[in-house]
Amino acid sequence: MKTVYFDNNATTKVAEEVLEEITPLFCDLYGNPSSMHTFGGQIARRIRKAREQAAALIGCDPAEIIFTSGGTESDNAAIQGALAASPNKRKVITTRVEHPAVLTDCRQLENHGYTVVELAVDKEGRLDLAELEEKLDDDTALVTIMYANNETGVIFPIDKIADLVTGRGVSFHTDAVQVVGKIPLNLANSSIDMLSLSGHKLHAPKGVGVLYIRKGTRFSPFMVGGHQEAGKRAGTENIPGIVGLGKACELAAENIEEENNKVRRLRDKLENAILESCPDSRLNGDKENRLPNTTNISFEYIEGEAILLMLDKYGICASSGSACTSGSLEPSHVLRAMGVPFTAAHGSIRFSLSRYNTEEEVDYTVEKTPPIINKLRRLSPFVGK
Amino acid sequence: MWDYTDKLKDHFFNPRNVGEIENPDGIGEVGSLACGDALKLTFKLDENGRIKEAQFKTFGCASAIATSSVLTEMIKGKTLDEAAKVTNKDIADYLGGLPEQKMHCSVMGREALEAAIENYKSGGKKKHELEGRVVCNCFGVTENEIERVIQENNLTTVEEVTNYCKAGGGCGGCHGEIEKIIEKIQGDKIKDTTAAKSRHGPKLTNIQKIQLIQQTINEQIRPALRAHGGNVELIDVEGNKVIVAFRGMCAQCMLAEYTMKDVVEARLREFVSEDLFVEEDKESAQEPHNHRG
Repeated sequence: MKTVYFDNNATTKVAEEVLEEITPLFCDLYGNPSSMHTFGGQIARRIRKAREQAAALIGCDPAEIIFTSGGTESDNAAIQGALAASPNKRKVITTRVEHPAVLTDCRQLENHGYTVVELAVDKEGRLDLAELEEKLDDDTALVTIMYANNETGVIFPIDKIADLVTGRGVSFHTDAVQVVGKIPLNLANSSIDMLSLSGHKLHAPKGVGVLYIRKGTRFSPFMVGGHQEAGKRAGTENIPGIVGLGKACELAAENIEEENNKVRRLRDKLENAILESCPDSRLNGDKENRLPNTTNISFEYIEGEAILLMLDKYGICASSGSACTSGSLEPSHVLRAMGVPFTAAHGSIRFSLSRYNTEEEVDYTVEKTPPIINKLRRLSPFVGK
Repeated sequence: MWDYTDKLKDHFFNPRNVGEIENPDGIGEVGSLACGDALKLTFKLDENGRIKEAQFKTFGCASAIATSSVLTEMIKGKTLDEAAKVTNKDIADYLGGLPEQKMHCSVMGREALEAAIENYKSGGKKKHELEGRVVCNCFGVTENEIERVIQENNLTTVEEVTNYCKAGGGCGGCHGEIEKIIEKIQGDKIKDTTAAKSRHGPKLTNIQKIQLIQQTINEQIRPALRAHGGNVELIDVEGNKVIVAFRGMCAQCMLAEYTMKDVVEARLREFVSEDLFVEEDKESAQEPHNHRG
């Protein structure tokens, strides 16, 4: 059976071009770039190139790119690094809809005497910038707000937020893991201090990411014990990961138009067809300010895990914010923060596309989904009373 | 991805006996949309008092649907006395096992069956009601229900109780009480699970006491309030009086007083000293809070 992969916000396929680029780095060119011999030393050139490729995609200077082990490390390093550099300030501002890599880290800070403010979102998943402005004060060490939400795809006005925050002399970090490669960025023209990105969300391998740190940003290293990454991130470099990420960034830059045209068109087609053919379904999140590849749809009166398993039977991969899929007993914190009613939160399904998806796959899913929804509705005691 | 048995998958993809019998002899409804699963079971008896027909409607995940489906198969042909003996373990065993975190689905099946039998015995009048004191407010689970899953499944930890009946799976505020129920039933069977409790001796210095209070707030109390968007801050300690301020959702919550006694004070007494009592700092409660209602 063919796999129809609509779960690209979870992870993506490694691009063939990326695989080709990194294959020699395992058994042939396996040297350590810190070595004095040519065999190892020649690898440093490859890292340099990857740094340039990543910098080109997000519009910054290569010296501002720090390679890490992925999005989670980048987020943790940014938060801990910024706080260590401002030891006298005790307040952090974030949002209720962050990825756990940020939210859990922030909540743990409360145990260390920090005050953590979690900004609310409205029912479309949007922030109220007036609330942010009101909470910013002299004691604020860091504001960390995601660029776009992984579950709903809702994009926050990050450039505006960055201006507001840095204008008050406060450090600003953004988790842009879901954004890089999907919408164009130009950090040279923004006032973002730090930005996280993850390789495996843009067709590079898992286990590699970037923390962008603007020149002049106060930052204290998170990982110590080596001189790598200009002393900002110790540890022998993950060479295949870094080189792969560089190549993936280059490809993303080439494909960003397609991402916004073809992928958006396919997403819209999928979304509209499902909303039309399935009664009592609703879109979660701000329809206008949204990633081009993501749609989050709630099917009322039925439960997400059951929908996923039925889709899975047809080889269709998606994800859900229902409680049962996570093993916890409560539905997604993002949908709850948005005030999505329980009748809909348990039955939410996220489809996230990539440039590798095709029209046929969309048509196939549009054909298979409504009967699944109808079948589960016939089982539900809340339907047809 | 859950490790479901083939039998479970079969009953999920091809559920038996879906529907609602018209004019049933017994009807049992348990669960709710908010809780994430719900089951409506109906049955009809034949002239010999055996279950002739049983049908279900379920809102929930794959295992909730599959357990409902096998339940209808299991009880067909049984007398009500025989059916009443079906335990949640029988349902899980029939499916070749359930993932631990999904055991509550089998308990929901048994509950619906009981409710339906009760409904029949009351001549169709009695609807399922919660019996006993509610311990877990998040999922509305009573002491009776918790005692029962502990006894029937020989459970010894709070986590297991959560897996079997959801109690304790929300804010976590009832974990202490669930522990006490386990202790009451299992007695000596549980070993070190309560070791953390007896930390406090009588000889705390002031500074040790304050540190322990802060630690207890950080580790035991705050996470419970957090789950509901609330927070609590230690303002001061004067002798045995602990002054705290509620933040976030708690600051405007109608149940704050209850939380104060049943969560904050109870935990501090449990982990620091029995002599403590808690007061709310009203002045600082007026300050703006983190969340909007």
